[in-house]
Amino acid sequence: MQTVKKSNVLKQLRIEKLGFSVLTILSIATVIPIIAVVIYIIYLGAPAISWEFVSAMPSEGMRAGGIWPAIVGTFYLTIGTALFSVPLGIAAAIYLSEYAPMNKVTQSIRLAIINLAGIPSVVYGLFGLGLFVIFLNFGTSILSASLTLSIMTLPVIISTTEEALRAVPQSFRVVSVSLGATKWQTIWRLVLPQAIPGILTGVVLGLERAAGETAPILFTGAAFFLPRLPNSPLDATMALPYHLFVISTQVPGMPIQIQYGTVLVLLVFVLIMNIIVTMIRSRARAKRQW
Amino acid sequence: MDKIIVENLSITYSDGVESLFDINLRIPIHQITALIGPSGGGKSTFLRVLNRLNDLADVTKTTGKVLIDGIDILDPTQDVIALRRKVGIVFSRPLPLPLSIYQNVSYGLELMGEKRKTVLDDAVERALRLAELWDEVKERLHDPANSISGGQQQRLCLARTLSLQPEIIMLDEPTSALDPVSTAKIETSLIELKKDFTVIIAPHNTQQAGRIADHVAFFLQGKLIEFSSAEDIFTRPKDVKTQDYISGKFG
Repeated sequence: MQTVKKSNVLKQLRIEKLGFSVLTILSIATVIPIIAVVIYIIYLGAPAISWEFVSAMPSEGMRAGGIWPAIVGTFYLTIGTALFSVPLGIAAAIYLSEYAPMNKVTQSIRLAIINLAGIPSVVYGLFGLGLFVIFLNFGTSILSASLTLSIMTLPVIISTTEEALRAVPQSFRVVSVSLGATKWQTIWRLVLPQAIPGILTGVVLGLERAAGETAPILFTGAAFFLPRLPNSPLDATMALPYHLFVISTQVPGMPIQIQYGTVLVLLVFVLIMNIIVTMIRSRARAKRQW
Repeated sequence: MDKIIVENLSITYSDGVESLFDINLRIPIHQITALIGPSGGGKSTFLRVLNRLNDLADVTKTTGKVLIDGIDILDPTQDVIALRRKVGIVFSRPLPLPLSIYQNVSYGLELMGEKRKTVLDDAVERALRLAELWDEVKERLHDPANSISGGQQQRLCLARTLSLQPEIIMLDEPTSALDPVSTAKIETSLIELKKDFTVIIAPHNTQQAGRIADHVAFFLQGKLIEFSSAEDIFTRPKDVKTQDYISGKFG
């Protein structure tokens, strides 16, 4: 009897070990394509990278020179998107998490936000064209494109921020209120500081997507070629993702290094954003005490 | 003199549990009143009515009167912020805020807009001394509050409540998560504190009520079965249910 049991346990342990090995292999497998893509891009794009490439205007029909206006454009668009979507998104998340009553209206707001996240980006582009470019008469501009990207980014920022706020233990709120805090004092002094790392994650996820999108800016603010830097928010601008689309499909005889060099620059741009936020986040975490 | 007079207080939660039925009670000033009874009997609910923390819960109906210093605090026009500063609470688990030791104690005062460092320093020291914690933490006031032991954390929570100089201190099973030494320290503080404060405690066992209480209220299934001096409750209870509970026949 005893020996039968023992061999059963051993068999179970062997199966468990096998299961874990499969899971390990699968999780490694998910990383392989990402690493492969990055290596491929570096391999093909690195030869194009030079000081001139990241600091000069394009020349010879974009077949030579640099991509400086596209870098600046993407920078402006990201800042513009952050300006609108971050305050609005965080405010909406605070309302939904802390103030909104549990009723049909709140539920439909949530449902709308979830659905908003699933809309194809080209639809945002057309919507932005209709609302911002034509109806509000902002023209094809950084302003129109930033607003369009903001609408696309909002669902991500709202849902991650709401989640971060909800993750702050309810008991902290009760203690704070029991000490005579108003609801807003509790949120401002206690809940928000605790939620900052989570909120930053949402913000950077949203903005990274915005920085890399082509379709929403296609009709709203991206210029095919602009021989100067934009000098007002009502100017159109070149942008890295759209520039990439242009040089990959619209310009014959385009050297392949320039295409992959552009991809590499976009990748580094997003990476820098990531690093900055990770640094802020780890500083916030170090200050967090619970 | 009665600090708190409760008249015909009834509470219904939307899901029907932990309700109170027609409670009448007079809590005397500068004494320790203990609320005893099995869990789910309404003791926590009762405490949370006294500083309107129940406003945060899913309460569907509150009827009756709760007079503190003669004023009905259930009145919708009652300033709940002022009430909560006057009626402080310590919870059953140590719940330090995710701040430093110092900031935990100064939090309530800072909410009132107090910014002067000397005032805050003095208030923090006074509150920590009252909670008998000062000597253990005075060298490390700016350490995170969760870096001290559970017993110290609970005394920190007591200090945090005391920092607002309330008139009434409520403690909801404050020692249920603590070791006997920390428990004894809290009990010593409470006996000292009743000189200046009115103390209401839901002790985590009957023995604790016996050690510190002047008056005892026995709650069972949302009803107040008996309220009397501690001596009367423990030596000659009038109700057979009180007798059965105290002698350990149920609980």
